Amino acid sequence: MSAKEKLTSMITSEGADSLSVPKARPMLEGLKTMSLLKKIGLGLLILAIFLAPIFFQGFGHIFLIRIFAVIGLYILLALGLNIVVGYAGMLDFGRIAFYAVGAYTAMWVGVPIARALGEVLGGWSYFAALPLGGLAACLVALILGLPVMRLRGDYLTIVTLGFAEIVRICLANNIFGLTNGAKGLPRLGDSLGEPPGLQWLKYNTFFRLGNNFEFQFTSNIYWYFVIFILVILSIIIIRNLDNSRLGRSWAAVREDEVAAQAMGINTAKAKMYAFVIGAFFGGIAGVTFSYFQAYVSPGSFTFLESALVLAIVVIGGMGSIPGVLVGALAIQGIPEFIRGFASAGWFGNLPAEAISAISNYRYLVFGALMVFMMAVRPQGLIPSSRRSRELHATGSDAVRESTTLEDERNKVGETYHTQL
Amino acid sequence: MEKMLNVEHLSTSYGKIHAVRDISFYVNEGEIVTLIGANGAGKSTTLKTISGLIKPKAGKIFFKGENIAGLPGHEVTAKHIIQVPEGRRIFDRMTVMENLEMGAYLRKDSEGIKSDINWVFELFPRLSERASQKGGTLSGGEQQMLAMARGLMGKPELLMLDEPSMGLAPVVVETIFTVIQKLQREGITILLVEQNASLALSIANRGYVMETGKISLTGTGRELLANEEVQKAYLGH
Repeated sequence: MSAKEKLTSMITSEGADSLSVPKARPMLEGLKTMSLLKKIGLGLLILAIFLAPIFFQGFGHIFLIRIFAVIGLYILLALGLNIVVGYAGMLDFGRIAFYAVGAYTAMWVGVPIARALGEVLGGWSYFAALPLGGLAACLVALILGLPVMRLRGDYLTIVTLGFAEIVRICLANNIFGLTNGAKGLPRLGDSLGEPPGLQWLKYNTFFRLGNNFEFQFTSNIYWYFVIFILVILSIIIIRNLDNSRLGRSWAAVREDEVAAQAMGINTAKAKMYAFVIGAFFGGIAGVTFSYFQAYVSPGSFTFLESALVLAIVVIGGMGSIPGVLVGALAIQGIPEFIRGFASAGWFGNLPAEAISAISNYRYLVFGALMVFMMAVRPQGLIPSSRRSRELHATGSDAVRESTTLEDERNKVGETYHTQL
Repeated sequence: MEKMLNVEHLSTSYGKIHAVRDISFYVNEGEIVTLIGANGAGKSTTLKTISGLIKPKAGKIFFKGENIAGLPGHEVTAKHIIQVPEGRRIFDRMTVMENLEMGAYLRKDSEGIKSDINWVFELFPRLSERASQKGGTLSGGEQQMLAMARGLMGKPELLMLDEPSMGLAPVVVETIFTVIQKLQREGITILLVEQNASLALSIANRGYVMETGKISLTGTGRELLANEEVQKAYLGH
């Protein structure tokens, strides 16, 4: 095909819908062009994950349900962070702050609503707390973002890190008498109420198959399903965002902020959108976490948690949704599985100290894993197509880039201004 | 002729260093105007101030009668004042096509965008051959073409080019300057910052010579080419 023909075909036929739409990530494109067989395979996989807790429960491996539910929460957190880090290119080390905001908002909103609705209906408070927790996280991100979005690179990272610590310390010090300090929420005598319909499900879904399989619905399974649905919805929303005009502006900002501005992109606003939308997913994860645990305390929102969420995004592959899924499974899942199986006696009768040692050493393993990944596969386990290009640029290319960036920083320096 | 761009008493500084001091100049509709001068004379700073990348310290910048001094970059772009930045700054990991689409970010007329892509491919046939190639894999000359083409996708009324000849082979520079003249014939007003003074003056209607942040000399392109001081300082005669 001659260049001219290529050009015409690009502009006329297929070009029509690819035009003015960002280049879809391979997986997104894949979903449309995917063969029927693959579609069925993916559908079956999703169905299997959805139904998995029934088998776990039936065969008595209840801890697996909880592990998968927690992995789901980390997927939500990492999906939010992925918008900030993977799409808009800002390194955020304080993601857990928005998780905390969501979790505590759930308590502040959920407990009184649950009390007002009474024992039977109290569980419905979750559905009121969910959007409110998300919006509270957005609001906090907006307030933090107004000054912080003017910062670049390392400075932004440090501020987010500091902010998360401030939030945790405020919570631990019972700020305004709202958080009950290190003892956490809810206060003695309060509760969030059981999920709606749980009682009915418990008594009406009991069944037995053979001698080894006995199923009864539990609140763990309930929250597993809720988290599963949240994750699916979030993935759909975030995919669409990535393919939107806003997604294109994120890609431009990530690649070259000055050029993005020259294209007419309000870079400060684009970054702010990423920051606030990312916080929303952190917020709803936090709400769900507090209902799932029925208890929150500052101890759940340490710097380590922020680092783990970031590790999920980085190891999975920045800017890649499948990467987030696999990253969460690896980072949050593997250590928990090891601990869970050890506790369940799968590795023989280990003493309790050995089990706790296994869970403590996992962070050491993470550190080594991170270094290894950065050296061997910096683009992550399942990289987004664009990101892998960025990191596999030839050496000279990378050098050229860093010098121009540095030049620009020096030249434009402090007079560089962004405006919202 | 109407003054499309009118810069009045513009000053810009980086902290305490005054990069541009009280300069005034104008660009008429349909003209090619060039700012020439040595490295560090303040040419690029002037351009960056107009395009909103840097805030001016004092002075006014009128575009079609409206003061745009101090507007943020994206709003300046929205007024169809488009800068092709120094060092090209193309999106390395996007394809040539995606770069062009980015150039049309503010536009919503998909028909117009399509025909403009055809138009820039006619101006730079080399780019059409490279349409699906990543920006970062292009040669320097091709990147400059892409940077210009991307700028053109934003439908410029005033196109500001910052050192388009920098680091390019003479044959590529010639191509680019031929296109600049072509763009003028298509009705685009051009403000050109160049170190290659003889080349810039040979295609410019008018020129301004900048020295340490000030405008020291002005005249038509031909006058400046013939000027003894200019010849001595910038043309190597």
